[in-house]
Amino acid sequence: MHRLLLFLLFFPTVLAAQRSGLDYSGDEVRRLQASDIENPGMLWVDQGERLFKQHCASCHASMKGVATRYPRREDGKAVTLEQKIRHQRPMQWESDELLALTAYVAHQSRGEKGSISIAENEIDKGRTEYFRRRGRMNLACTHCHDRHAGGKLGAETLSEGQPNGYPTYRLEWQKLGSLQRRLRACMFGLHAEVPAFGDDLLNELELYLAWRAKGLPIEAPAVRR
Amino acid sequence: MAIARIQVPSGVNPGDVVEIRVVIQHPMETGYRREQGQRVKRNAIHSLACKYDGSEVFRATLSTGVAANPYLRFFMRAKQTGDLDFWWLDDDDVEGTAKARLVVA
Repeated sequence: MHRLLLFLLFFPTVLAAQRSGLDYSGDEVRRLQASDIENPGMLWVDQGERLFKQHCASCHASMKGVATRYPRREDGKAVTLEQKIRHQRPMQWESDELLALTAYVAHQSRGEKGSISIAENEIDKGRTEYFRRRGRMNLACTHCHDRHAGGKLGAETLSEGQPNGYPTYRLEWQKLGSLQRRLRACMFGLHAEVPAFGDDLLNELELYLAWRAKGLPIEAPAVRR
Repeated sequence: MAIARIQVPSGVNPGDVVEIRVVIQHPMETGYRREQGQRVKRNAIHSLACKYDGSEVFRATLSTGVAANPYLRFFMRAKQTGDLDFWWLDDDDVEGTAKARLVVA
């Protein structure tokens, strides 16, 4: 009994089901995300639809469910949804073009549960990075997003760091942004070396996060502070 | 090309007061933000107007205090089926337009 109590004390997040960042958001943010006209992220979905018809529709039909299966491993490398979308036209990272297409593709899987199929040993690289201390702050992802999810960092509420809403409209950015932009922001905050967009480290981390978020419904384009 | 989303209600009868909502993709740069040490030039939508069936029903003056991708809503009385023509102008003198059809039974 005593041992069980200790276990419950130290591993509360291990036992609980994952919670989307939406659960940690305030009412205004939830309302913004829930309404397709008020959600500014839908502007990029519209733009993406136009671009898709122009550049992609000659080969691809429906993209429904695709976002639930990304990132995945191809020839040993972790490949994110953004990277896959760039396969014919090398669009700039974080360009409105790439964000719009990603948002359009991800939006088609909205409400579907993330279900990447990958062997447990294939996420090891990303998991190692997730638990590795980094930067002058000497913190790992897990310290905030597992141990202190729901707690406060300054005025902000820490979430579990789930990736199911990306690309996400962040009020701080005043525009849509990718998961890698968010990851880079975390690394900057830790005073760690910030990897470039498309860096293997970020891709592996994204893969691990998707594995960790299995079962959470896709919310793209989500709205967050 | 300007991107905007307009929402007009359906099932409208003549004389009804209807809510029109519009959201426009625009950075609404304040001129105070810096990117890599360089100041980003001010660029905000300063004028916006909406015509309903040819006559102006709504006009707004916006400034840098408005968040990016501005969202506006207003109410008007529906008379007959007609187009809602939105027009706006920003500090770079770039014009934007968007159109939606209000169907009145």
